[in-house]
Amino acid sequence: MASSVMPTPRRMAAGDSGSAAISVVGLRKSYGDKTVLDGIDLRIPAGSVFALLGPNGAGKTTAVKILSTLITADGGQAQVAGRDLSADPQAVRAAIGVTGQFSAVDGLITGEENMLLMADLHHLPKREGRRVTAELLERFDLTEAAKKPASTYSGGMKRRLDIAMTLVGDPRIIFLDEPTTGLDPRSRHNMWQIIRELVSDGVTVFLTTQYLEEADELADRIAVLNDGKIAAEGTAEELKRLIPGGHVRLRFSDPATYENAATALRETQRDDEALILQVPSDGSQRELRSLLDWLDATGIEADELTVHTPDLDDVFFALTGGAGVPHQTKEDVR
Amino acid sequence: MSTPLATTRPTRISLAVRDSSTMLRRNLLHVRRYPSMTLNLLLTPVILLLLFVYIFGGVMSAGIGGGADRSEYLAYLVPGILMLTIGGTTIGSAVSVAMDMTEGIIARFRTLAIHRQSVLIGHVVGSVLQCVMSVVLVGAVAVAIGFRATDATALEWIAAAGLLALISLALTWIAVGMGLSSPNAEAASNNALPLMILPFLSSAFVPVDAMPRWFQPIAEYQPFTPAIETLRGLLLGTEIGHNGWLAAAWCLALAALGYVWSKSLFNRDPK
Repeated sequence: MASSVMPTPRRMAAGDSGSAAISVVGLRKSYGDKTVLDGIDLRIPAGSVFALLGPNGAGKTTAVKILSTLITADGGQAQVAGRDLSADPQAVRAAIGVTGQFSAVDGLITGEENMLLMADLHHLPKREGRRVTAELLERFDLTEAAKKPASTYSGGMKRRLDIAMTLVGDPRIIFLDEPTTGLDPRSRHNMWQIIRELVSDGVTVFLTTQYLEEADELADRIAVLNDGKIAAEGTAEELKRLIPGGHVRLRFSDPATYENAATALRETQRDDEALILQVPSDGSQRELRSLLDWLDATGIEADELTVHTPDLDDVFFALTGGAGVPHQTKEDVR
Repeated sequence: MSTPLATTRPTRISLAVRDSSTMLRRNLLHVRRYPSMTLNLLLTPVILLLLFVYIFGGVMSAGIGGGADRSEYLAYLVPGILMLTIGGTTIGSAVSVAMDMTEGIIARFRTLAIHRQSVLIGHVVGSVLQCVMSVVLVGAVAVAIGFRATDATALEWIAAAGLLALISLALTWIAVGMGLSSPNAEAASNNALPLMILPFLSSAFVPVDAMPRWFQPIAEYQPFTPAIETLRGLLLGTEIGHNGWLAAAWCLALAALGYVWSKSLFNRDPK
């Protein structure tokens, strides 16, 4: 936008692409007939945390696998750490660290041996390798378990060892594919703390998650991936603004009443297990009164009625469920 | 920048050597921590050796025109048993490669700026070392029950060791390819079975002349027969003839084929 006023095109170029840790244009990938990524565009500034949010099967892991050079894209262009992904994958690899969804530790050897293995593969001198190993094991609270085979570690410990291994080469860009999936609440909060520390070191973090809370908690920018497309992108605040209002939540205890209400109220989000209906609403007095009047008129009585102001959950469901909310493109956000 | 070849070439090779030796250390660590699989694989050739010498030995010895004391059949049998030892050990390699490929750490290796084939080279070198060790152990059992190759010169011993190492290398690359193309350890162990079966269909246990006429070509034109005949010649002084060249050609061809096959399998996008 500022390009017309900028006197020198060179400065513009430096300001535009020089600070991007990852930039992606039109990335595509399909497996047979199934299109997993249908042309996604991303631009992630260096030193920021970016969260790719989406339901299972949205293509999050595929995006990480492509950007971390594990698999090749079918189309599109991507630059990671200023290097072209397809032309110079080895240079990309030298700048990144990856912690995949499934534990990437060698279970047959000890935690310490795993770390020393990484040090050797990053071609660190022996002493340096030992120093980094001891330091990271200490930082991730693994010193005590260092001499035990990694296969004996708990889920949280494995994940910590995994991240510690990722940090051995001092990567500038770190990919974390669902870093807290399967962790208990305490381990999840530990992991969040770890990720925040990474960012304070100036590292760029690209994480995927299916937890909105996590994206809200950690990320500077969030992209919602649905069906292989970026449904929306922006800060948590920007995304929340996408949804004009919140919703009214109606809880029922009688399944029959719930069913009646569900069929009568068409534009609702159903939770059949909990017998809860969510009716889109901006939370204004007028809308609330009309809803209540309508409920009275149709003789539906909810056991509990609560008004919710919008949060990322609403954005997420609106964008990925398509329940009565128009499909937003990221241009609307920016 | 003007002479990239001169500057990048040596570093590429030293990178390959360095990363491969790191991977080798990892594999040796696995073997040292979990030796049971290696030992299990050793059991088969030792049992076969004892079975054929002490149980079937009388008949077999008479069959090859030897005396009643079985020593001649023992001498005939040992080179084949050593080859079978290598075949069995490489099945272990196929299984461990297949198992390794299901581990998450392989994905991590693929995203590191390391020599790409170092994972495979580590497996291959580790497996060849295991083959050598197994051959020495099985050979020691053979010597303990009376096998002697005292007529062989130092040069013949070196050539025999070289042949065994070369066969190990060739079969290991094939086994690595089999491991990479198998979805899991069980499939790898089945797919690699020919490495153990082929020695039975060679001149390891009985001379090819003693087999049914229709079967003789199968026994004749496969890698184990020339390799075994060459080893026999080197250790015991029997006629080698063209078998030496045939064995070397088989080994080089199988190693090259296994390498190219494994490399292309490994370079495919993982699932």
